[in-house]
Formats: sequence, structure tokens, C-alpha cells
Amino acid sequence: MKSRRRNLVEVYVWEIPVRFFHWFNALFIVILCITGYIIGNPPAVQHATEAIHNYWFGWVRLAHLVTGMLFTVNIAFRVYWAFAGNHFAHWQNFVPMTRRQWHSIFETLKVDILLLTKHPVYDIGHNSLAATTYLGLFFLSLVQIATGFMMMFVTTNNVAEPATTWMLFGMNGFFVVRYIHHFLMWAFVLFMIIHVYLVFYHDYIERNGIASSMIGGWKFVRRDVLREFIAIHRREARESKTLIQRIVNDCDPDNFPEDTLNDPTFTSRK
Amino acid sequence: MAQKTFYEELKAKGYTRREFLKFCGMMGAMMGLHQSGVAQIVEALENKPRVHVIWEHFQECTCCSESFIRASHPLVGKILLELLSLDYDDLLMAASGHVAEQTKEASIKENYGKYILCVEGSIPTGSYGYCTLAGRSAEEILREEAEGAAAIIAWGNCACSGCIQGAHPNPTEAKPVHRLISGKPVINVQGCPPIADVMAGVLVYYITFGRLPELDNMGRPKMFYKNRIHDTCYRRAFYDAGLFVQSFDDENAKKGYCLYYMGCKGPNTFNSCGIIKWNDCVSYPIQSGHPCIGCAEPGYFDQEPLYSHLPSVHGIGIEATADKVGAAATVLTLAGVGIHAVVTNIQKRKLILNNEELPVKKDEVDGN
Repeated sequence: MKSRRRNLVEVYVWEIPVRFFHWFNALFIVILCITGYIIGNPPAVQHATEAIHNYWFGWVRLAHLVTGMLFTVNIAFRVYWAFAGNHFAHWQNFVPMTRRQWHSIFETLKVDILLLTKHPVYDIGHNSLAATTYLGLFFLSLVQIATGFMMMFVTTNNVAEPATTWMLFGMNGFFVVRYIHHFLMWAFVLFMIIHVYLVFYHDYIERNGIASSMIGGWKFVRRDVLREFIAIHRREARESKTLIQRIVNDCDPDNFPEDTLNDPTFTSRK
Repeated sequence: MAQKTFYEELKAKGYTRREFLKFCGMMGAMMGLHQSGVAQIVEALENKPRVHVIWEHFQECTCCSESFIRASHPLVGKILLELLSLDYDDLLMAASGHVAEQTKEASIKENYGKYILCVEGSIPTGSYGYCTLAGRSAEEILREEAEGAAAIIAWGNCACSGCIQGAHPNPTEAKPVHRLISGKPVINVQGCPPIADVMAGVLVYYITFGRLPELDNMGRPKMFYKNRIHDTCYRRAFYDAGLFVQSFDDENAKKGYCLYYMGCKGPNTFNSCGIIKWNDCVSYPIQSGHPCIGCAEPGYFDQEPLYSHLPSVHGIGIEATADKVGAAATVLTLAGVGIHAVVTNIQKRKLILNNEELPVKKDEVDGN
């Protein structure tokens, strides 16, 4: 086995807000799945005491509702950060609109999912396939939030109550809404399994530190990949000086490819 | 024909004023009116002429009418027969055949634009053969009578959302009233059957105030369908305490614990069962130890099995719930992931050992 260290550059990919969002999101999803499952299928807890001494199901529901609220706030924050964050957190990563993104999606499917070729697809941030599934997860989350709010607010005086109740009745009442809410929980379970596995997979194959990158924010990127990346963004960087500049500033100067830094067309270091 | 008022009718039948006022007070309380509202009811029932009603029965079991005429408060049933000028009701009227039809036609002509059309039962649209009255299809009758009606009251789940006939696979293609009629106010008085007092309340409201009660966007009167049974259930404390009946013959059932685990649809169902209750406010299904089946919600019959909280998943041919499908998908995913890991180690051996140098193609690089 040979080391790849010589060829790798450190790049600061995930900013602190993204990392916090990620771990809070993970925590909330786990709590919501567990409490939600218990609410749907309460275990047979037997008591020798009267109801007045017990409130465990109430606490489970409270945990679910409070976590649901926090989950919503967290998602809302991430939407904001999709506009305010760095290049890798930007919303355009998640919406496959360019030819390159679609190409990357099919390439990733071929290489990483179907294992048809040995040639890996190198991306600095999310690969396009992953980013697109996150967009899907985002929409699933919106559905869960909407259906959850419909059920939660219906008997309250919440300001959103008229709107959510209107939606609830528009969807023919609780049966449908509860069913959707319950079924989509399993979509999150499947996502978690595949997501965690693919993180292990990429870390193992590409040695890019993808698992720890969500803790520290830094990823190992092949020097030539970063060079290409910067080359592609050169024009953009000259015009806006935002996206690429932040990445370059965040990179360790000692590890940075020298030819790129000395390139007179690359102006963002000034 | 002199128009008698409800009060005059009652007096003629030998009811006392005291009984009449008690009835008005009860109706006011059910509608959640202030005391002054009761006086309005009294005034309206004393003075306003009776409302003409055409009452149609389509695909149904007449349980709505049963509920109404068997109401234990003596005057509730009387509403049907005396508060309203019930010009046509093929279930209750003495006349039959051509005489009955002529009466209806005469009434529609005379009260065009003023009468209330009450509909029990869903309307088959698959074939006219499923429900034909006096040689005419249910749909034809409904459309014609809706034309001249001031308002339409859809009684019960059949007329509101199809109920059992409208359940999967819906062989008669039964449709509720509001799906066929547009441009006329339709009040959905949900339930299978609706509570008699609720039915009476809707009618008394209309007669008293001359307008429809406030409806939600499923067309149900808010004053009776604003709360879920779950939130008004006296067993709610057991729900929050997590004390559930596990089987119909266990100790918990005897103690009156929450029936959620037994498939109670109380958390899904908007109705007044927990407040007004049934049979002169005596009891309701949950009180007698049976889970709510959600009969006041559209499509409740498709949420089978009735004694399970999670409905079966249709369309995959086997008995399964969302949880079973989800668990199966999870197992399959885990298996897929395991296979993927093994194949990865075999197929990408060289890459993992870093024994080959792989070039980067331009378009593979993240170039957003």
C-alpha cells in the first residue's frame, strides 16, 4: 500500500455553520424517527400505578414536537446558508441544472454505485449525485414539516393554524396526512443507512478524509483536481472575487499548488 | 295552504310551551350560542314559516334517517316531521308511486329557489342501473333538484365522501354530493350516521338565522366538527400516560384505558361524539369500550383494518403496513450495502492499495 500524501492538498470545505447544521440535523432526524415510531406503535408498557402518576407518552410526544420545531429552524437556517455560505454550501450545488452536473451524476452512478468502472470521480464538495439526493431529502423534510405542522397545530391557536388546518382538510383530513408522515419516516431511515455507508466508502476508496471533514471542515483533495477546479473558476473569480477567493484563502498556503499561485491570470490572492 | 310555524304545529300536537323552550335551550347550547341566541331560536321557531324540504335517498342504508328519528329527545325527531315541511321523503312518506312524485314536483315548483335539498347516500356515476328512482337515475334527480334548492345538506358519510360504497374498489363509482354539484352551498354533515342532535342543530341554525352555519373547507359546520374526538375524549389522560388497552379482553380494557393501540381513530376524526355523545348524551363508542372507527372522515373505510392504527398498504398484493414495508426496505438496503462493500473491495482493489495512478478528466472536477 502506498501513501497518497504527496499528491494531496488540504482544502477548507465545510464551514462551521454547515457542520453544526449537519450534526444537529442528524441528531434531530434520529430523535424524530425514534419518537415518531414510538408514537405510531406505542410499546406495551404496563403500570401498577394510576394514570395520574404517568406521563411517559406525553413526554415522548413533547420530545417529538419540540424536536420537530428545532428541525424546522435548522432547515430554515440551512436554506439561508445556501445563499450566504461558501461555494460548496451554495444552493446551486444541489440543483442539477448544468450539463456538467448531470454528467457527474451519471458518472458517479457508474463509478460508485454500480461499480462499472474503476475510475473515481473527484469532487471537492458534494458530488453531484449526493447533492441531488440532498435536494430530495430537503423536499422530503419539507413534506414532513408540513404534514407534522398540520397535525400539530390543528387544535391550537398558533398563528399558522388557519393555514395548516386548511391544508389538512384540503388533503382530506388526518388519515392521508398521518399516512404520508409515517411512510416518509422510513425514507429517512433508508437515507441514513445509504448516507453513512457511502461516507465510509468514499473515505476508504478516495482517502479524502470525508468522514472527518464534517468534524473539522478540511478535506484532502488531489493537487491536480484543485488545480483544475481553480482553472475553471478563474474567470468567475476575477469577476466576483467571492467564491474562489474564500477557498484559496482558507487553503494552507504551504500545500497550495505553486503554479496556480503564480499564475498572473489568477487574481484573487491580491 | 296556510304556513304553520313549528310552535303552532307542536301546540296542535299537545306539547307544552315548557317542552318547547327546553328544546330551544338545548339547541342553543349545542350550537354554542349565548343565552340571547336561545331567544332568537325561540322567536324563529315561533314565527317563521316552516322550511320546505325535499329529502332524497340514494345509495345508502338510511342510518342517517334512523339516527334522526330515533333521537331520544322527543322534539329532535319531531323536527323532521314538524319543524320542516317535509314535502318528499320516499322513506317516510305515506304516499307512493305517482302520487309521491307529483307531490315532489308540485313542491319544487311552488318553492323554487327556497327549499332545502337533503341528500342521504352517494350517487353512482358508473351506471344508472345502480340507483334508479321512479325510472330516473340518482344523478339526474340530484342535478335537477339541486337547481332550485337554496342549499343542499349532505347527510352522512355517503353523501359527504362516499362511505362504504365509495371505498376501494368503488364498483358503482359512487360520488359524494359536493363532487357533482357546484354553485350551490353544500353542507357536509359527516358521520355514519351523524349524531341526531348535530343534524337537528344544523337545521335549527338554518331556520333561525336564515343562513348556513360557518363551514370548514371540507364543508362541515365548524360548530360541530371543530374538535377531534381525541381531544374531547375522557380517556385522553390514559393516552398521555401511555396506558393502552392491549387486547379487548385484558385488564386494561376493564380499567378503561386508552384504545389507541386497538386502532382507535379518535386522533384522526373530527366530530362531536366526545361532547354531545349519542342517545340523549348517554355514551359514545369509546365510552362503551370500542375504538372509534373514524366514520366522520372521508375514506375511513379504506383505512382497514379497523382495529389497527396503521392502515394496510394497497397495491402490493400482500398484507402489509407502512412499517412492514419500511422494515423490508431497510433490510434490503442493508443487504445491498453489504454486497456493495464486498464488490468494492474486489473491483477497486488496485485503487485502494494505490497501485495505479488515475488521471483526472477535466469535466469530472467540481466546476460549479
